[in-house]
Amino acid sequence: MTSWRTKVLPPLLAIIFSLLICSIALLISGSDPLQAFATMVEQLFRGTTAIDTVNLGCVYYLSGLAVAIGFQMNLFNIGVEGQYRFAAVIAAIAGGAMHLPPVIHTFVIILVAALAGAAYAALPAILKVTRGVSEVISTIMLNSIVGGIVAFLINPSQFGVLTGNNLRTEEIDKSGQVPGIPIGGATLFGFVFIAAVIGLAYWFMLNRTRFGFELKASGESATAAAAGGVSAKKMTLVAMLLSGGVAGLIAMPELLGRDFSYAITSTQNYGFTGIAVALLGRNHPGGIALGALLWAFLDKSAVSLEQVDVPKEIAVIMQGAIVLSVVVAYEVVKRADLAAAQRRVGRAVTGKPASVAEGGAV
Amino acid sequence: MSTVTDENPSATPLTVPAQPRRRRVPGWARGILWAVGVIAILSTASYLTGVNTLTSTNTAQTAFRLALPILLAALGGLWAERAGVINIGLEGMMILGTWGAAWGAYYGGVWAGLGAAILLGALGGLLHAIATVTFNVNHIVSGVAINLLGLGVARYLATLIFEPLSGNPRQSPPVPTFDTYSASFLSDWLSDLEAQQRVGISDAAGLINGLVSKVSPLAMIAILLVPLSYYILWRTRFGLRLRSCGENPVAAESLGVNVYAYKYIGVICSGGLAGMGGAALVLLAGGGGYLENQTNGRGYIGLAAMIFGNWRPGGLLGGAALFGYADGLRLAGGGTAVLALLYGAVLLLAVIVVVQLIRRRWVAAAFGVVGAGVLYWIYWANDDLPSDLIPYTAHFVTLIVLAVASQRLRPPKADGARYRRGEGD
Repeated sequence: MTSWRTKVLPPLLAIIFSLLICSIALLISGSDPLQAFATMVEQLFRGTTAIDTVNLGCVYYLSGLAVAIGFQMNLFNIGVEGQYRFAAVIAAIAGGAMHLPPVIHTFVIILVAALAGAAYAALPAILKVTRGVSEVISTIMLNSIVGGIVAFLINPSQFGVLTGNNLRTEEIDKSGQVPGIPIGGATLFGFVFIAAVIGLAYWFMLNRTRFGFELKASGESATAAAAGGVSAKKMTLVAMLLSGGVAGLIAMPELLGRDFSYAITSTQNYGFTGIAVALLGRNHPGGIALGALLWAFLDKSAVSLEQVDVPKEIAVIMQGAIVLSVVVAYEVVKRADLAAAQRRVGRAVTGKPASVAEGGAV
Repeated sequence: MSTVTDENPSATPLTVPAQPRRRRVPGWARGILWAVGVIAILSTASYLTGVNTLTSTNTAQTAFRLALPILLAALGGLWAERAGVINIGLEGMMILGTWGAAWGAYYGGVWAGLGAAILLGALGGLLHAIATVTFNVNHIVSGVAINLLGLGVARYLATLIFEPLSGNPRQSPPVPTFDTYSASFLSDWLSDLEAQQRVGISDAAGLINGLVSKVSPLAMIAILLVPLSYYILWRTRFGLRLRSCGENPVAAESLGVNVYAYKYIGVICSGGLAGMGGAALVLLAGGGGYLENQTNGRGYIGLAAMIFGNWRPGGLLGGAALFGYADGLRLAGGGTAVLALLYGAVLLLAVIVVVQLIRRRWVAAAFGVVGAGVLYWIYWANDDLPSDLIPYTAHFVTLIVLAVASQRLRPPKADGARYRRGEGD
């Protein structure tokens, strides 16, 4: 039985704990933690930071979802990083080369991105299913290799265009872009709504379809699922491909809403952030959304720390501390819950408080 | 089966496979056989393609230098995984090590740098041990978090301490590096041999020359750590207990082994070795300071080298040598040299195909022929490889090697498994 404590308490504990750690780090380096945190919160209401945070959160949300699909099947898809960059460069090249009517153009680009992400995820999936290669190692290698592939494809001798000092792919026509909503001085990505729909679809798939049930079942216990007629190999393959497909969309909000072409300098590491966000959100679509927004807030507001002479890298420490402490906190609360359940059962069975040996309180 | 049991009735006939027992080649002899075989293939490839960089002193030297961090990270992985803890966090511990090495070396010389690197890496290991052993957090999750944390802490400390000194938050001021020593009479003789360009002998001389000239104390320590790890883990009581925690912690517990303590020791040693790997990037020629993204995924490659080496010290030495060589070759020789290496791979595959045919494994032999054909076609159709993809030679090699070899590997049985005292069944 999981109570609300199991769900809400761990992230809260983790955030408080990592705030403490960062305060200590800040105190050691001789700055005022309260002032630093206040500056970060104030920054949220200044200029375009709030909208930027939501936009970045949208990217992190997709990344978290992609990782979470793998987690459901007990697969550790570290390769989201490689899959999204591969998909982004392929989709940008394809989108730049095509000239189609508005909605269809966008749709085709998104489809190409999802397929490219799935294709790049297919390699580790096939290696795992047929050769037993751990997906962790193979996807790490593919993550590195993708840097070479991107550089190779954006090379002017292949598909790249040199504009000024920056190598990039051909710009995507107006017809392929996803229009945003201007708020204040900033533009909210239209892709935010598409991401929300994908989140809903993820929830529906897991909780309301037979496929989702089988996925979770073989993630919990491959042997039990096999006894129920679910092939673990098939589920591994499908989960990896789905994860890769969603990973392919990670770069789309920025590609179709702001940049319109993929450059060699485009931001990296969204995929690794997704792992942290999925852990923070416990693979639940709502939780992942909160985690993504928190992460984006830390990233965007850290810039303001320079004003109070605090290195903005403190935000990275805070992020690392949050991930580590959130997983520890989940474990601790789970154990406490388990002990409480044992006590409850003990009381119900014997009619008196359980002794220590039966798992009762000391 | 029956003939075997008749000879030796005390043997346990139920679990022993029915094959007649073949004489096993001892580990060191197999290592030498492999080394001779590899040198033979490389010298043949170098002779047939005319690319001398394949076996030059320069290549061997660069390869040796680049293999060291990978070797140390792989040893780190070995210590943790033999104790049953998967350590993806090697990368983060290595990053901590690079910062510690630069900081220590700047203020107290190279040995202080090495010490600081080991200490910081071990701290990362301690954190990993607390999370995975005490709190039973998923090992990979904790490792990923430590990679994040290591990166963040190193960046923060670099901004705080190195920026006032170097004016750049991404790098440290130049720090001293280890002196190097050469076995000069041996090295001179080998140089002569190499210069004569005789097939085989000159190639071997070039490769060996690269290993004996300009060697730093850190490199010697790293190489010595391989037999030392073997001795400690496989030939002492302590090692047996540590490995038993990785194979079957519940059984170890029933024999009175303090599993938590052994896991802690294994993971902390692992962190220290990874930190040392970071120091090998900073304190050797070609390093000379902390640089952001210096490790560039070498912790992960070290882990792959360990898996390639079947979780054994000798094997991971081979894995580290392979990755170091792939990396050193492309630095020393560029695209043409990597193409020549492809030619060498074709030769290796040809040998493998012959072996498989003798063993009558037709399918494996057919795959070998197809693979060799594809590689030879790539070699034949190109003069040079795309320069953007060449830096990833080692990564491609890892993928191919894992795809070919992974089914013969045997990880520690309880590697990555949850364990809590008194909850075994």
